[in-house]
Amino acid sequence: MKNNTPEIIYDKDGNPHEIVDFNNDYIASKLGFWLFLFTELMLFGAMFLVFAFFFYRFSADFVTASAGLSILLGGANTLILLVSTYFMGMSLINLKNRGIEECKKKIYITLILAFLFLLIKLVEWSIEINHGIYPDSEILNAKEHGVILFFGLYFTMTGFHGIHIIAGIFLMFWVLRNIKKGKINPENHIALENVALYWDLVHLVWVFLFPLFYIIGIGG
Amino acid sequence: MNEKTLSFYDETHTVFGHHENKLFQWIFSIDHKRIAILYIIVMFLFFIFAISIGLTMRLELFYPGEQFLSPDRYNQAFTLHGTIMIFLFVVPGIPAVFGNFLLPLLIGARDVSFPRLNLLSWWLYLAGCLVALGSLFIGPGFADTGWTFYAPYSVKTDTNVIFALTAAYILGLSSILTGINFVVTVHRLRAPGMNFFKMPLFVWGLYSTAWIQILATPVIGITLILVIIERTLGIGIFDPSKGGDPILYQHLFWIYSHPAVYLMILPAFGVVSEILPTFCRRTIFGYRSIAISSALIAIIGYLVWGHHLFTSGMSEWTKIIFSFLTFFVSIPTGIKFFDWVATMYKASIIFKTPMLWVIGTIVTFAIGGLTGITLVTLGVDVHLHDTYFVVAHFHYTIFGGVVFMLFAAMHYWYPKFTGKMYNELKGKIAFTLIFIGFNTLWFPMFFAGALGMPRRYFDYLPEFTIYHQIAGVGAVITVFGILYMLYNLLTSIKRGEKASANPWNGTTLEWQIDSPPPLENFKNIPYVDFEPYEFEKGKPKYNLYNKIQGVQDEK
Repeated sequence: MKNNTPEIIYDKDGNPHEIVDFNNDYIASKLGFWLFLFTELMLFGAMFLVFAFFFYRFSADFVTASAGLSILLGGANTLILLVSTYFMGMSLINLKNRGIEECKKKIYITLILAFLFLLIKLVEWSIEINHGIYPDSEILNAKEHGVILFFGLYFTMTGFHGIHIIAGIFLMFWVLRNIKKGKINPENHIALENVALYWDLVHLVWVFLFPLFYIIGIGG
Repeated sequence: MNEKTLSFYDETHTVFGHHENKLFQWIFSIDHKRIAILYIIVMFLFFIFAISIGLTMRLELFYPGEQFLSPDRYNQAFTLHGTIMIFLFVVPGIPAVFGNFLLPLLIGARDVSFPRLNLLSWWLYLAGCLVALGSLFIGPGFADTGWTFYAPYSVKTDTNVIFALTAAYILGLSSILTGINFVVTVHRLRAPGMNFFKMPLFVWGLYSTAWIQILATPVIGITLILVIIERTLGIGIFDPSKGGDPILYQHLFWIYSHPAVYLMILPAFGVVSEILPTFCRRTIFGYRSIAISSALIAIIGYLVWGHHLFTSGMSEWTKIIFSFLTFFVSIPTGIKFFDWVATMYKASIIFKTPMLWVIGTIVTFAIGGLTGITLVTLGVDVHLHDTYFVVAHFHYTIFGGVVFMLFAAMHYWYPKFTGKMYNELKGKIAFTLIFIGFNTLWFPMFFAGALGMPRRYFDYLPEFTIYHQIAGVGAVITVFGILYMLYNLLTSIKRGEKASANPWNGTTLEWQIDSPPPLENFKNIPYVDFEPYEFEKGKPKYNLYNKIQGVQDEK
């Protein structure tokens, strides 16, 4: 039914115009995904807005609360995500250069780093929970308003970010399966390209979360 | 003429496999026209449900005191009415049904850019509807917060708020995906030669709407989720006892929900701009100003949310700025109105039913729009806030603007959807009934509101009885008119005369192909190097029917 030769129509002067085939439109897939990333930005943007509002209102409490977080673990996670985006980007370049095996290897490395990120996150959360600091706990509710809100936002925002990491892990497995099936190949790499874009966004969000939750506490 | 051509009712693409089952061929179809019909069926089921709740409330209010709805039930009734009407009917409304059906037809495309995503949007929509419906039967009953879910009450109430919020979130997701689909479609799939200023104006409306869907809906999504987290985990951001701020919820809510009312009205304005040239037999006055004003409304609409919070507590300067910004919205809207009236001036207007709806809307929406300006005036708003004046204003714009235009679109594109003509006389009777009923129902509320009748109360002082009783009569007429209209449209599917490809002598591309359109719409995509509304001696200037069919002209 569909063949690969593009359909051509001619205007009055006889100039040819190509008709875009909606079934197989690389630019549309890319444009659509960028729009989706905008929606993600708005989603996190609203949360950053909430953070900014309360940070402005309870600056001192936020700084005190932030000092209680482990900047070492947070910093390690920042580094891990930074390195993982490098491997994600390399996997795409490898795929475009027909290095399918190298591409798969780099996706696996990215996956391992993603799991490592989640593991460290889990350690961090359990440290706080063991100290009795989790939303609506008695210990937390007894603290100052700003501290309650700081940890409320901390769990919400890093939680949302964690969900995005988990979604990214699923996407990477999906990409690997499709590479195996040959559906994602050097000619048709849009799916991996979009997943790489998504991973960049997830990393980028963390780049803003890290200073807001961890660094403001230094010297506090 | 030609032998019978197969329409999209006869054949379809599905998302996976070739189903023998007719039902599967519909619910898994990725054809934009079938998806549009899936939407309209579900939407109207809920519409009728929400109307019946509205009517119930009106009957309860026919006399002062408690008749058959307890105060709590009444709270749940207006929440249900509002939630269904806004999230399930009006927001998806014109874009999901008419946008889906017509966007590819109007720009000369064979489908939207992401047909499978389009089907997913419908499934999400259905899922959202079912979750909302489910909360009626599961747990402690439907939310009683009003459709705005204001914190802290939505955090404290015992009713099933979480279900309603989840439903609204899923519906928002569906709306975002539709928006992405439409923006990409408009950018990628316009027929060669059709630049942005050769697009029909309905496409402009949909395009502006789609941007609002993409940029504003995520904010409400996260806000609703924050309420859910607040209810389940108690993180405290909306809870004053933990330092949180309920006003913050109102800000976040209206950052989306005010653009959302423009999201509702912009496609409706687009419908007006399609119907007017066809029945005035001339090109639209000020094409560019109408197109750009759509985009302007979308942009300014982002910056006005604060006018919902004039009595909630904001600094004086903020109020003044929001008030002024809101006044600015009336400028692009006014431009549209004057353009429409100028189009009609000295035109030989043909009064078919869609045209009657358009003229009716110009009246009702003008009332709705002008009372909006009254409301956004700071001092006046303190008096009118949360009264029936607001209720009347809101219904004059949304019912008298958006839903009226939805009805107009249903008549105007009826032949294209079904291949049949509806009964013109019955259509006009239905319009008259609804128009009279509508004004009887909501006009008295302006007076009641100005005299101090508060909204969302199940009871009132005896001196308001007369307004409520007039409104009650109007409600019955309106409901009767709507049912009569639907009866006319439904029976005409069987009984109506067969419609030709172009029964109205319209100029845009959807009238240049068969009614109902074939699968993938255009056999040959035309080269579009002309304006969308060009008439010559009362007939469309260009007839591309044969060219699209690939038949040689018989000259």
